[in-house]
Amino acid sequence: MSSDKPTLKQRYDRLMLRHGRIIVIGLPYLWLMLFFLIPFLIVLKISFATAEYAQPPYSALFTWIDEGVNITINFGNYLFLLSDSLYISAYLNSIRIAAISTVITLLIGYPMAYGIARAQGSLRSVLLMMVILPFWTSFLIRVYAWIGILDREGLINALLLNLGIISEPLIMRQTEFAVYIGIVYTYLPFMILPLYSTLEKMDVSLIEAALDLGCKPWKAFIKVTLPLSMPGILAGSLLVFIPSVGEFVIPELLGGPNTLMIGRTLWNEFFANRDWPIASSVAIAMLLFLVVPIMWFQHIQTKQEENGQ
Amino acid sequence: MSQGALQKAHEDVHKTQPWNNPDAVPFIRFENVTKKFGDFYAVDDVSLDIYRHELFALLGGSGCGKTTLLRMLAGFEEPTAGKIFIDGVDMAGVPAYERPTNMMFQSYALFPHMTVEQNVAFGLHQDGLPKSEIRTLVSDMLALVQMTKFAKRKPHQLSGGQRQRVALARSLVKKPKVLLLDEPLGALDKKLREQTQFELVNIQEKVGTTFVMVTHDQEEAMTMASRIAVMNEGVIRQLGTPFELYEYPNSRFTANFLGQVNLIEGTLVDDDEKYAVIQSDDAGGEIYIDHAVQGHEGATLWIALRPERLRLLTEQPTDTKYNCLSGKVEEIGYLGGLSTYHVRLDSGFRIKVTEPNSSRHIEPRYTWEDRVWVTWEAGAASVLNQ
Amino acid sequence: MTGKRSTFLLSALVFGFAFLYVPILLVIIYSFNEGKLVTVWTGFSFKWYVSLFSNDGMIDAAWNSLRIGVMSATLALAVGTPAGLVMSRFGRFKGRTLFSGMVAAPLVMPEVITGLSLLLLFVTLEQLIGWPAGRGVTTIVIAHTTFCAAYVAVVVQSRLAGMDTSVEEAAMDLGAKPAKIFFVITLPMILPALLAGWLLSFTLSLDDLVIASFVAGPGSTTLPMKVFSSVRLGVSPEINALATLIILAVSVMIVISSLLILRSERARSRSMNQAASES
Repeated sequence: MSSDKPTLKQRYDRLMLRHGRIIVIGLPYLWLMLFFLIPFLIVLKISFATAEYAQPPYSALFTWIDEGVNITINFGNYLFLLSDSLYISAYLNSIRIAAISTVITLLIGYPMAYGIARAQGSLRSVLLMMVILPFWTSFLIRVYAWIGILDREGLINALLLNLGIISEPLIMRQTEFAVYIGIVYTYLPFMILPLYSTLEKMDVSLIEAALDLGCKPWKAFIKVTLPLSMPGILAGSLLVFIPSVGEFVIPELLGGPNTLMIGRTLWNEFFANRDWPIASSVAIAMLLFLVVPIMWFQHIQTKQEENGQ
Repeated sequence: MSQGALQKAHEDVHKTQPWNNPDAVPFIRFENVTKKFGDFYAVDDVSLDIYRHELFALLGGSGCGKTTLLRMLAGFEEPTAGKIFIDGVDMAGVPAYERPTNMMFQSYALFPHMTVEQNVAFGLHQDGLPKSEIRTLVSDMLALVQMTKFAKRKPHQLSGGQRQRVALARSLVKKPKVLLLDEPLGALDKKLREQTQFELVNIQEKVGTTFVMVTHDQEEAMTMASRIAVMNEGVIRQLGTPFELYEYPNSRFTANFLGQVNLIEGTLVDDDEKYAVIQSDDAGGEIYIDHAVQGHEGATLWIALRPERLRLLTEQPTDTKYNCLSGKVEEIGYLGGLSTYHVRLDSGFRIKVTEPNSSRHIEPRYTWEDRVWVTWEAGAASVLNQ
Repeated sequence: MTGKRSTFLLSALVFGFAFLYVPILLVIIYSFNEGKLVTVWTGFSFKWYVSLFSNDGMIDAAWNSLRIGVMSATLALAVGTPAGLVMSRFGRFKGRTLFSGMVAAPLVMPEVITGLSLLLLFVTLEQLIGWPAGRGVTTIVIAHTTFCAAYVAVVVQSRLAGMDTSVEEAAMDLGAKPAKIFFVITLPMILPALLAGWLLSFTLSLDDLVIASFVAGPGSTTLPMKVFSSVRLGVSPEINALATLIILAVSVMIVISSLLILRSERARSRSMNQAASES
């Protein structure tokens, strides 16, 4: 029979199929390797260099001397981070501010997500769209909006002074309080959306069953709704916490000169002091802090994907 | 038709069937095919021949390997071991898009962004046929499945039954050597399913293509298929025509899987060339079989009795001591066309009997706690030794 | 549900949405204020819009941002679509774990780290191979493409995960080869996801301040960089006007797209009802 052996064309097609697969994997793979993974290795490398007054402003790690490679590893940057209390307190501050903001975001976001999930069909999609809409408008402008409200000459002070409730303007901008407001405000949609998607999927009859079996409403919430919405709570919290730790714009615009956060420290080391090696070691140290929550987040994501399929 | 003539007719048909002819060339051949997913054997060393023009059914519960077998035939999975031949050609390494098979998917898998017409024409376009020819073939096929007036619709504008027809048309229009059907009627409701069963069989007879279908519905398989392979845990438990499977099950598994059955355990006490007698403590009596049983005396056997082959008597028959078990009516299920009786035998064993309700009784013939005798003809029982 | 409970939920929603929208509304209102101070309303005026459009620096920056946004979003689609396809359709292969890690990590990575690492890469590359020569629009586009591609990949992946693979198998069964299946079947079906991914990337690129600040060079100042340097000094009515225009553009876009979605859903359910009644 003539079709016993594949024709030349069929063989060519099968060869292309195998190569096509490699190309489709290879393009994004190479791009991400080159522009995501390798940059981290460079940051790591430079964090072990010494700052020099040169272009670029750091020492070479590998130098060719006579018969071999001379490797100069300088742990000085990391020792410096540990010895200067500025960096340690910046780290601790960032984590504290991010954690407190995450809790506040959760407390505001959870009832909202719950309310949206329980709303009627068309109202629900309108409310959901209203949560997403600010996310599409500029982040910078949303932070900026609060400057006008919290400033010494801002709206709240003007209002309170006019009403005669206070006689001196309150200092609200350039405080940690303003940073909390800024983070909660800009990251609220990130909390509501994952919460909404778990709450919306949850079967209402589960709560009805709990009530039917003699549970009081608040107890049914604690015993049924809350544990079942845990994946959403975790995903939302990590989505707020991780980027807040490294936040730069919010502490810069709303925080005071004393509101130390690590993203701001990195920025200043880089742009103001032009100390690239120190900036790199600050980045590596921040990454070490964040590796655990980032892995955790990915773990939750993959688990949810598997459940969804 | 007399009993003898019926027997003769059966034998005549028997001889003309390709699977009974040792010289017939199989159209599809599975040779020791195994498929492993990790450590799990989805299909375990299956060999199977399917002949041209058959409507062959792979029947089994979920996870029995029937779908994997079908997907290997289509080319979506490669066997871990073994070979598959279609029309004499080894399919190893032949990708799905080059195989002479077409599949009708359980979900129908219609392309949602194309009209009915475009869906049906898709496969023909891949073959590079001239436009005018495609147009003729598509319109002929749509006429065959009675979907001509829906040609311009998109799949979401069709009902379940209409989608099923489009899916069938799309897979048949390329005139594949083999049409594969994955649970072809699974997504339809019961009424529509029964009606469609016969339509599918008619279409198959008209086009003459070999059909291989996967189903979990034994009724569907019995109604439609020329032969059925009953599968369980990756192996074929029994292969045969619907008649063979129902009347001569080879194991308790197939006896139970197809229709309803009473399984009675017993011991072979007398085995002759013409008959056999089995003593059963389950039944509390002796059972007479009108053919020889392969087994030594004293072996443990099972007797399969279909509920509709049993009869209930209100008085003890006097002509025989065999095949006559006494008990009391315990449960009665009235199903309209027939009634089911659960009889608790004196031995304690519960046996199920169905009787047709062929006329409107003023009073039921039996009621709860009535003493009855269960009897059957010597040829009604099947003997199983596994 | 008890009355007490729904009152609580209702007030939570009212408070939450007020929190989200009042600041934005105030920005819009004060963009029409004649005076320079945000606290005092001195009269309705378009003067800040006029002065915004005569601010050449601002216009140049906006133009830069739009160009970078379009290029980054388009490139992100080219990189992110195959990434999403690989994640959901290619099964196991060597290095898959690293691959999915690299796709997901940019979503949560602090911007300062991404910005710094990319800058150091560009500096190192320039030293080694002389490319990219200096920093500017090219480097910003590469940086934005990288993190936007991750978003596109996630959007594409989740769309594909919700799509029955048997549709693609059916195409293969009917004789279409993999590349053809992708372009004729898969691509049209994920088109809405691609559109959403492009718009998301465009918005993210338009909005990014931190990463762009690291990898920008002279002459490639983007709109957020310009806004940031002026906002640092305090409230400026010109920025209010700009904010209002951005919010207007975004709202119009979202309203149009949701109307389109609503209309197609209605048409869809109408035709489904029709099909059900005919059968």
